[in-house]
Amino acid sequence: MSGLDRRWIYLAMMLAVALPILWNGVTGKTFPESPTPPSQACFDAIEALPEGSRVLVSFDYDPASEGELAPMATSFMRHLMHKRLKPVVIALWPLGPTKAEETIASVIKTDFPDRVNGKDFVNLGFQTGNEGVLKVIGTDFRKQFPVDRSGTPVDRLPIMDGITKAGDFPLVITISAGYPGGKEWVQYVSSSNPGLVLLAGVTGVQASQVYSYYPGQLRGMLAAIKGAAEYEALVSAAIDGDRVTAPKYTEARRRMAPQLFGHVLLIALIVLGNAMYFAQKRCKAVAP
Amino acid sequence: MSDAITDQTAPAQGRWWIGLFLVIAVLVAIRAGMGEGVGRVYVQTETTRYASTTNEQGRVAWSAAADGTAGAVTIERDLFRTAGQFRAAESAAPGQQAIRVSWDRTIGLWLAAFFTLAVFSFLAGDNPAYKFTESIVIGVSAGYWMVVAFWETLVPKLLANLAPDMVKAWCMPNLEGGAFNPIALIPLGLGIMLLSQLTPLGRHVGRWPLAFVIGTFAGLKMVSHVESDIIEQVRATMLPMVAFGDDGSFAAWASIRNVLIIVGVLCTLAYFVFSVEHKGAVGRAARVGVWFLMITFGSAFGFTVMGRIALLAARFEFLFIDWLWLIDPKGERGMTVVATLVSCIVDMT
Repeated sequence: MSGLDRRWIYLAMMLAVALPILWNGVTGKTFPESPTPPSQACFDAIEALPEGSRVLVSFDYDPASEGELAPMATSFMRHLMHKRLKPVVIALWPLGPTKAEETIASVIKTDFPDRVNGKDFVNLGFQTGNEGVLKVIGTDFRKQFPVDRSGTPVDRLPIMDGITKAGDFPLVITISAGYPGGKEWVQYVSSSNPGLVLLAGVTGVQASQVYSYYPGQLRGMLAAIKGAAEYEALVSAAIDGDRVTAPKYTEARRRMAPQLFGHVLLIALIVLGNAMYFAQKRCKAVAP
Repeated sequence: MSDAITDQTAPAQGRWWIGLFLVIAVLVAIRAGMGEGVGRVYVQTETTRYASTTNEQGRVAWSAAADGTAGAVTIERDLFRTAGQFRAAESAAPGQQAIRVSWDRTIGLWLAAFFTLAVFSFLAGDNPAYKFTESIVIGVSAGYWMVVAFWETLVPKLLANLAPDMVKAWCMPNLEGGAFNPIALIPLGLGIMLLSQLTPLGRHVGRWPLAFVIGTFAGLKMVSHVESDIIEQVRATMLPMVAFGDDGSFAAWASIRNVLIIVGVLCTLAYFVFSVEHKGAVGRAARVGVWFLMITFGSAFGFTVMGRIALLAARFEFLFIDWLWLIDPKGERGMTVVATLVSCIVDMT
């Protein structure tokens, strides 16, 4: 076992991930998801908002984390639109606005074409400065985001009427891949605005760092692709009911089958490796 | 000795890699000959005319204009279309040009597929394709960040404050304010001092802006850490060890959870108290703390594995769906190779 070429393990992992994708592509079937409390809390926080409320959504990721975070962004945007809430999109990552535009095109422009840019949603783009941006929008939102992505001053946008600081939003959502992201939103915005509700969708690597903030400083949290799949299932159940969900809204659940087989393989390898280790140790101990 | 072995094995390894990529190329060529072929990107060009108006504050606004508007400019955008939409358009009007193959985007798709395979090839061993891809990634990233820093920081934050009229005429017609801001000279000076680190004589000058950055950052971080990571986290640990539900009944699971959180925090802290010897009660608490730490590390590892598998699945989806057109979970093409093969097998059996 100790002499096993590690490329066999890579090959096994490749098959464990690739075959379920092909199986899903043929059958269209996904595993059922039951929500954990952090995902349910995200859903409930959005459900609790009255129609027409404005929600600050920060796209703090880039294509490298798209596999985990894009399904979350899609589900959040679909849920907000279905509830007739008004997302104000910003980004602390340079490629965040592009990811936001893709989500807006896929969800709002396709399935909610009656919503008007600047009135029902807006993309204010990226601002450099990391935590500096968060510190400033806590007191003066327009100083950091004076115009939207197409250059229209925010003073002219109906969606921004009465918004002067981050605390004016009843709900803030960050979809975060690292620094700056969920942790910084807690440190610089949530802590200084006690009434503000903050939700975070984070990558697997970040989840263990952010978990300690739930449920006090973070009202809800989507942890990695599992959290995305749970929330996606909740939103689909609320919107689609018994109808068939459009494939673009099942992306996270489609990625759970590769997760299952990948994890089973990994657990089996860990158990096997340990069993072999102890067996070898025992053999050496009894050998003369 | 090892150099001699490397020299002897290098040509054999090179041939092995060339052979592997040739096999992949042959498989892709076979796949391209089946059914509707392989990855192509379709687009439809949307043409919009815009006219500009300038209000009394000198602010320029662009809005959609009708054909024939004087001074209007035409903007063409390529919108993505699916293979299914292309096929539907072709069956309605054969030879139509509204939806067409975008060859530059198709080349981009194939390059992305090549780079993905080249990165995967590192799992089998270091090779020229991986090195080439790695160099491309580093070069593109460096170039991209340089452009972002120029257009997102230097122009709007520095130049727009130092020479607003020039910036307004050059690239930001809707620039607010428009007056020279002398405070912007401070970051300009600090920036020049920082650049002096590149010269041997100016290293000591470069330490002053670094001290400014570190001092400011430390002050900014300290306040937020004390608030969110100490005060709020201590508050989150002050939990009732015997919890009751909303109806006043005893909540067993909530109580167990609260006790676990409190015991976990105290025992983990005990492990990090190094000024007291880990013996007796402190030693036992520290050992329990080690268990909590191990479970935390295991959980973090599990989450990391989940994240990495999700990213791997996303790359496979790209290869199977966008490049090889093996499956069609989004229903964008209306037919798939795997589904066709599976239905043939089912029919035969």
